[in-house]
Amino acid sequence: MAKSRTQLPKSPTGIQGLDEITGGGLPKGRPTLICGGAGCGKTLLAMEFLVRGARQFNEPGVFMAFEETAKDLTKNVVSLGFDLKDLIARKKMVLDFVYIERSEIEETGEYDLEGLFIRLGQAIDAVHAKRVVLDTIESLFSGLPNPLIVRAELRRLFRWLKEKGVTAIITGERGTETLTRQGLEEYVSDCVIVLDHRVSDQVSSRRLRVVKYRGSTHGTNEYPFLIDEDGILVLPVTSLGLQHIVSTKRIPSGVARLDAMLGGAGYYRGSSVLISGTAGTGKSSFAAHFAEATCRRGERALYFAFEESPSQIVRNMRSIGIDLEPWVQKGLLRFQAARPTLAGLEMHLTTMHKTINTFKPQVVIVDQLNSFVIGDNETEVKSMLMRLADFLKTNQITGMFTNLTAGRGALEQTKVAISSLFDTWLLLRDIEIGGERNRCLNILKSRGMAHSNQIREFLLTDHGVELRDVYVGASGVLTGSARLAQEAQEEAGKLTRQQETERRQLGLERKRKALEGQIAAMRTEFEAQETETLSIIGQEQVGEAQLVQERVDMGLSRKADAKPNKQKEASK
Amino acid sequence: MKTKPTKPKSAPPKARPAKAKSDTFVMRLYVAGQTPKSMAAFANLKKICEEHLAGRYQIDVIDLLENPQLARGDQILAIPTLVRKLPEPVRKIIGDLSNTERVLIGLDLLPRG
Repeated sequence: MAKSRTQLPKSPTGIQGLDEITGGGLPKGRPTLICGGAGCGKTLLAMEFLVRGARQFNEPGVFMAFEETAKDLTKNVVSLGFDLKDLIARKKMVLDFVYIERSEIEETGEYDLEGLFIRLGQAIDAVHAKRVVLDTIESLFSGLPNPLIVRAELRRLFRWLKEKGVTAIITGERGTETLTRQGLEEYVSDCVIVLDHRVSDQVSSRRLRVVKYRGSTHGTNEYPFLIDEDGILVLPVTSLGLQHIVSTKRIPSGVARLDAMLGGAGYYRGSSVLISGTAGTGKSSFAAHFAEATCRRGERALYFAFEESPSQIVRNMRSIGIDLEPWVQKGLLRFQAARPTLAGLEMHLTTMHKTINTFKPQVVIVDQLNSFVIGDNETEVKSMLMRLADFLKTNQITGMFTNLTAGRGALEQTKVAISSLFDTWLLLRDIEIGGERNRCLNILKSRGMAHSNQIREFLLTDHGVELRDVYVGASGVLTGSARLAQEAQEEAGKLTRQQETERRQLGLERKRKALEGQIAAMRTEFEAQETETLSIIGQEQVGEAQLVQERVDMGLSRKADAKPNKQKEASK
Repeated sequence: MKTKPTKPKSAPPKARPAKAKSDTFVMRLYVAGQTPKSMAAFANLKKICEEHLAGRYQIDVIDLLENPQLARGDQILAIPTLVRKLPEPVRKIIGDLSNTERVLIGLDLLPRG
């Protein structure tokens, strides 16, 4: 009905993600071409458009099938939860199977496709349809002779559909050089969506691209989509802006000394952490520590294991003193294990989304990323990770990803070149010194915090990861035996120094004693002299006294007055 | 197949014989209104039947403008379409029936090839 409007009205598809890409849906009242190879999901997309239209937007629809019978179609979409019988019974939908068999048709002159118009028109009127699907109208070319007439009639058909004001989806098989085998894009030029289903290294992935959308902006990228039990799910990347709120809260890593390296407080909540390292460097151990620390705080952690089974992880972590079992039982820790090759990337991403949405964890651990890299799908892995990282950030979930780096190659390179997605990057590595390998850790980057720049050796002990002190030798950081040797050397040095001191003290003591001895000897000598001298003095005094006495005695004997004599003597 | 161009026992020409015998051609011509193509198709059909199936044919003309719901039953897309219901198998001939030879082939009145 409404044909000309100032702005392009849109008809929402209700398909998750597709409306975001198309900015609201398909062009209302106009035909849209959906093309792609066999089995890429054209019919399903068209069907979902009708079913959702009927269910969610109260827009009844007509599905005109040229390839599958109504019975087959009904059966095929039951698995997606689409009950066509019910919709048909409630007059929300008409399912019309158009049967064309070339061998039964003889062309004998001029004809037109008025019969098709009448059928379609009748079906549209029967349910007051707003949406129409013609799947796959190209069958007309193989079913009817004289393609010139078919072309002319198709042109008329699309014009007629526009006049009817129905939003139509026309599906077409992908051609070799053109979008569709019969060049339908010539007629349906308002909106063209290409679907693709490729298998790369035995893993299939589906893509969707809006090639053209006249009069509207749209996402131009190829978007992965998948078909699961809820129908089609398109995963747009660009719809997620970099507008998540960042937290300044910190959460511990589970390794106290690592927290100290991370500016003293651990990771930021809602940040994404990458742990990369060569095989056997302890990536999972750090992850387990983090998981345990999370559960210890009473928060939930979700552990996606793509390499080991949950019981294997629990057992292995128990060997280094981290018991995850109780947390699993308490429901704080959940493992989700799957082989990466089990499904395409998009499928993984979606199941991850779903699990995250139901479990609502505060921490998500993905162990490990490389599992997804099969062949040369690195760009896909990157875009998948980007979406996952964005999704986690938007939900304030701290994400920890482990990544295996290959052997002796460039260590500071992630397999999927995703380092820029991460806020904190811990690099674990083997350092080979003196015929042994030792595990070392350093923080390559950690946005928004003053982190340590040291390379630290760590040990996997029976009580978890233990960071050791740093010993720097002539050829870099000393680790393992070299570190032990250095430790021993320092110990020996210390001992020597101690002995030296003792020796010195002893020497000093000896000297003091010697000196004291000398002093004593001298004193003895002095005392001897003193005694001698005093005795001499005494003798002399005695002698003098005797002399005086003798003189007095003599004077007495000479009858002289002793006293005056004496005084005389004294005054003289 | 009992489809031969001519048969010894030929009844006098009748547009609509009353009952369909085993060798009677029962045909439906689908049209949409009185368009030139439809008119031409009907005229051509009539002529061919008179010449080749005199007395053993039956033609029902169905106008889809009047009975649009009938288009589904016989899987009609093209207009005009002639459907040979009997004898079996069902044959469909589309177009204005201007090419007599192709009509005869379509009705199995001429060998294919």
